[in-house]
Formats: sequence, structure tokens, C-alpha cells
Amino acid sequence: MRFVAVTSCPTGIAHSEMAAEALEVAAREKGHEIHVEVQGAAGAPPLDPGLIADADAVIFAVDASVRDRDRFAGLPSVEVRTREAIDRAGEVVGRAAAAAAGTPRTAAAATAVAAPPEAAARQGETVRRWLMTGVSYMLPFVIGGGILIALAFVIGGAVPVTKVSLITDSGKFQFWGDVNVSFRVWLGAVFLLVGKTAFGMLVPILAGFIAYAMADRPGIAPGVVGGLLAVAVGAGFLGGLIAGLLAGWLVNQMKKVPLRGTLKRMMPILIYPIVGTLAVGLIMLLVVGRPVASANAHLTSWLNGLSGTNEVLLGLLLGAMMAFDMGGPVNKVAYFFGIAALDAGNFQIMAAVMAAGMTPPLGLALATVLRPRLYNQEEREAGEAAWIMGASFITEGAIPFAAADPLRVIPSLMVGSAATAALSFVFNATLRAPHGGIWVIGLIGHWPLYILAIAVGTVITAISVNSLKSLRRAEQPAAAGVTVGA
Amino acid sequence: MTTIEELTSPSLVSVSLGATDRRAAIEELARLLEIDGRVSDVPAYVEAVWAREQETGGTGMESGIAIPHAKSPAVVRPSVAFGRSEGGVDFGAEDGSSADLIFLIAAPEGADDLHVRVLSRLARRLIHEEFRTALREAGSPEAVYDVIRREVQL
Repeated sequence: MRFVAVTSCPTGIAHSEMAAEALEVAAREKGHEIHVEVQGAAGAPPLDPGLIADADAVIFAVDASVRDRDRFAGLPSVEVRTREAIDRAGEVVGRAAAAAAGTPRTAAAATAVAAPPEAAARQGETVRRWLMTGVSYMLPFVIGGGILIALAFVIGGAVPVTKVSLITDSGKFQFWGDVNVSFRVWLGAVFLLVGKTAFGMLVPILAGFIAYAMADRPGIAPGVVGGLLAVAVGAGFLGGLIAGLLAGWLVNQMKKVPLRGTLKRMMPILIYPIVGTLAVGLIMLLVVGRPVASANAHLTSWLNGLSGTNEVLLGLLLGAMMAFDMGGPVNKVAYFFGIAALDAGNFQIMAAVMAAGMTPPLGLALATVLRPRLYNQEEREAGEAAWIMGASFITEGAIPFAAADPLRVIPSLMVGSAATAALSFVFNATLRAPHGGIWVIGLIGHWPLYILAIAVGTVITAISVNSLKSLRRAEQPAAAGVTVGA
Repeated sequence: MTTIEELTSPSLVSVSLGATDRRAAIEELARLLEIDGRVSDVPAYVEAVWAREQETGGTGMESGIAIPHAKSPAVVRPSVAFGRSEGGVDFGAEDGSSADLIFLIAAPEGADDLHVRVLSRLARRLIHEEFRTALREAGSPEAVYDVIRREVQL
């Protein structure tokens, strides 16, 4: 396996160095690779972000705080005091290996002892770690924003709160009394504004910290700006993933340019921020922006052509679209298709669209409850918040899961949402509001069956995603003849 | 770059420590540093070392090594004193074993960290069994000094 480690002690002279040496010796004896950063008086250089990205686990042997601990977010970790690492380094390394093997995210790492994993699998793990870092920084924005928006619906009513504009065109904030609504509605609108602002940062933070995981600090600015532009061109969180990976890659390429003297010193201060940000920005606008816009137009006209044909087919399609990118371009096409139908007096389409937007977070919340061991601590907590977001038709609650493991999560979500939307049509459910989830239940026609449709999709999503995830885990140990445990 | 020769000398080595408890062992080694003029205020320096011992629960390792150490303004020049104890001294090792190889490290306060590389090298070598065995087998302060010098320069 590959480990990274940080050792530190208050004086930074003796114990941090001894722990470092002990870990290096013990890891090497067991045939592992290890890179240690001693955060001591000698001022050893920080670990290369690439090494962190490639690592299966991190060992903290520390008596003092760890500098820039965030770099290791998402990595399985073992934390001990320096003396434990010095006295029983072998045991500590063994625990790190177990942590790496026992964590679903790094199931692949377990194979490294027996046989070097395929380059492709290693590559996949590395990308996953980058994504996980981005997700882990994004999560507070998703949970904070999502729960605040749900609270806004509860406090002020889902429909009224969205009709209040709290900030005038000239940028003036409207206090209660400035707007002609009840206090509850005004307060709900305040919650909504704060929650939506948090949501506005979701994609930029995701992109920024994916780039950070790849290229360290210089990645953040190009990543965040790329993420903002992904939002601006309507590319959603998938656009954000692209922006983050692109920014990280570009900065890493720039780091390879051999430079000397003044130019070299200027790289971090001037060149990365200016050239990196501009390059990412141009690509997002010119290469990503255009196709997204034209795909939008095509999808919309295609959907329009389909309406009035087979309802079940339309439901399947709308449902899958809602779940594909959760607030991204494809989702928006489906959602606005629902809104347009609502305006035209067709309430069935809106009902199907909303139901399909509720099952992704609900299904993932259920999935974390059914098979908690497939998810890390962060995801399980995100799962709890996802119940509330799903119930409130805040599809973004699923993004942390989808961004961390898109290839397994997104198809699962699409299947569940497609089933739900189709069932909603079959049950003839209707909805006379454009959002609100469970909070607009009074505006839903055939609501008991509507809830049944949502429940069915939730269960399908949960089972699909857990199956795909455990399939992946089962493959890995089998290949190396190691049992990781289910 | 500070060399190991600047950090220690045969006169800073004792192959038969008289002290049997931790405090006394630290004081005994600290007095070696005073003789050489490396520490200006021994009681103040010992206090700093003692505080660090208390804070960490002891600097003893299960391998029989202890590294009491402190940064203190009472230190004039970065230095290392070494003491070997026949019966061993309790330095709070996790498993209760006593330390027979005791390195007392004195670092001056301040930004001059040139000695840190040598000290960290020394600390790292202590992980290796061969080094410890050599330290236990060396017959005289000069022999111990040679062992240390050889190891750190490897």
C-alpha cells in the first residue's frame, strides 16, 4: 500500500523525527510505500499533493496539531501519539492498512499488498479521492443551504416564500414591513435567501476543492472561477466536476514548466492565478458553454414533440432527466418543461417532475440506512440531511453522493426517478405548485398514490445504488484473494 | 551548518549515571552541560525540561531510550548530553520499562535552527537497534562519542 504520514510534536526536535523514522522503517519492512511530513523545527517540505492523492491511508503521529489537515480530507486515517508510533510502529502501520482496507472508498487499496493493482484501477481511485475532497468541502453548503430552504418552506409556506423579493433591483434589503406579507412569510423568505446563497456556492466550492486536491493551493482560484462559470453557463454540478478536474490538471501542467529565477518566483503569485484562471474560464465558456446551451434547446424541442404521446414513456424520460444532473442543464430542461405545462394548465407533468426530483435524496438517505458500511461517516451524515431535502424537493441533496461516485450513483438515481415519474402519470397525480415537496401536499391531487410512487422510486434507487456499490467492493478483494468484509 | 562535534563531546557523556530517578538524572546530565558553559542557568533549564516531561507524560520509549529535552533561553549553545544508566531510570515509557540510554537535548530559544538537522538525524538513528546496541556496548565516554558521531554522519 501507499501511505502518507504527518508527525509533529511541540518542540519539533526529537519525537516527530523519531516517529517519522519508525514509521518509515516499519512500513518498508512490511513492503509498503510511505512518505512522511515532519512538521517540526527542521521545516521539512510539505507532502506533494500527488502523493496524498495516491495514498491509501494517512497516519497522524502527533502530539501537537496538524498543519493543513484539510489536505487529507477523505483519506482513511489513523491517529496516534508520537510515542505510540515510536514504540509500536509496526502495529500503527498495520492499523493504517486495516483502515485503508476497511473503508469502502479505498476497497481497491486492499489489493495492493497482494498484487500491484491495475494502473486503471489506481487511476480511478486517485480521481475518486480528488472528487471526495471536493465533496467534503461542498457538504456544509449542501446541508446548510438545503435545510435552510426546507425550513423556509415550513416557516412561510413553500409557495408564498418564493414570491417575496427581499432585495430590490437597486440592491436594497427589504425588512419586514417594507414588503406586504406576513412576518412568517417574510422570515421564510429570509431563510430561503440565505439557503439559496449557500446553494449558489455549491458548484464553485466543489470545483475549487477538486482542483485543490489535485494541485494544492494554486488550484483553488482557477477551480472556483471555473465552477462559477459552470453555473453561469448552466452546466450544473457535472460542469463543476469538469471545471475542477480541468483546473487541477492545468495548474499541475503549469507546475512542470521549468523556470528559473524571477519567473519561478512569480509562478504562484501571478502566473497560476492569471493564466490558470483565464485558461479554465475560456474553456468553460467556449468549449463547455456552447454545447450545453444547444443541447438545452434540442432537449426542450424534443420533449415538446413527445408531449401528448405515451405518458409512461414521457414519465420515464422526464424522471431520468431530473435525476441525471440534479440542478444541471438536463434537470433544468425537464423541470422547466414541467413549469411550462403547469402554466398551460397540465398539472400531471409538474407532479411527475417533482416526484422524480424528490427520490434521489430520499433514495440515497434510505441507502445509507440500509447498508451503512458502504458509506463513510460524512456520507451517512449527509444521508440524514438528505431525508429532509428529498421530502422538500431539494434534489441537490443527492449531489454529494453523485459527485463522489458519479458512475454508480447517477444511473441508480435515474432508474428510481424514472420509475417514480412514470408511476405518477399512471396514478394520475397532479400538482398545482412548481416546488415545495411534502410541504405542498394540499396542492397534490391523488396524494396517497403520489406518495406511493415516490416510495417505490426511493426503494428502487436505494437498492440499485447499494447493489452497484457492493458489486464494486466484491470485485476487488476477489481479485487479490483478500477478504475485506461486506 | 552545525556539526555533531559542536553539539556534543566526550565530556558530555556519562557511561555510569549515578541518579536513579528521573529528576536527578536530568539534573546530573544538565550539570555536564553547565561545566562546558553550554547552559547558563541550570535550574531554569532543568525546570523547562521537567515541564516538558510532565506535559508529555515522559519521554521514555519502550526501547530503553529517553530524550528529555527543552528549548530554553538558559541554553547558550545547542547541546546534547548522554548518560547511560546501569539500573535504568523511569522516564514514563508506556509499558513501564525504564530507560538506560538517556539523551538530554538543550536547544536555545530563537530562530537559529541550524542544529535541528543534526538533532533530528540523531533522533532518527535511535530507532535503529544497532545504534542502541552500540551505545550500550561502548566502554568509555570517548567510545560512546565515537558511536554517536559515526551514526549521525552516516
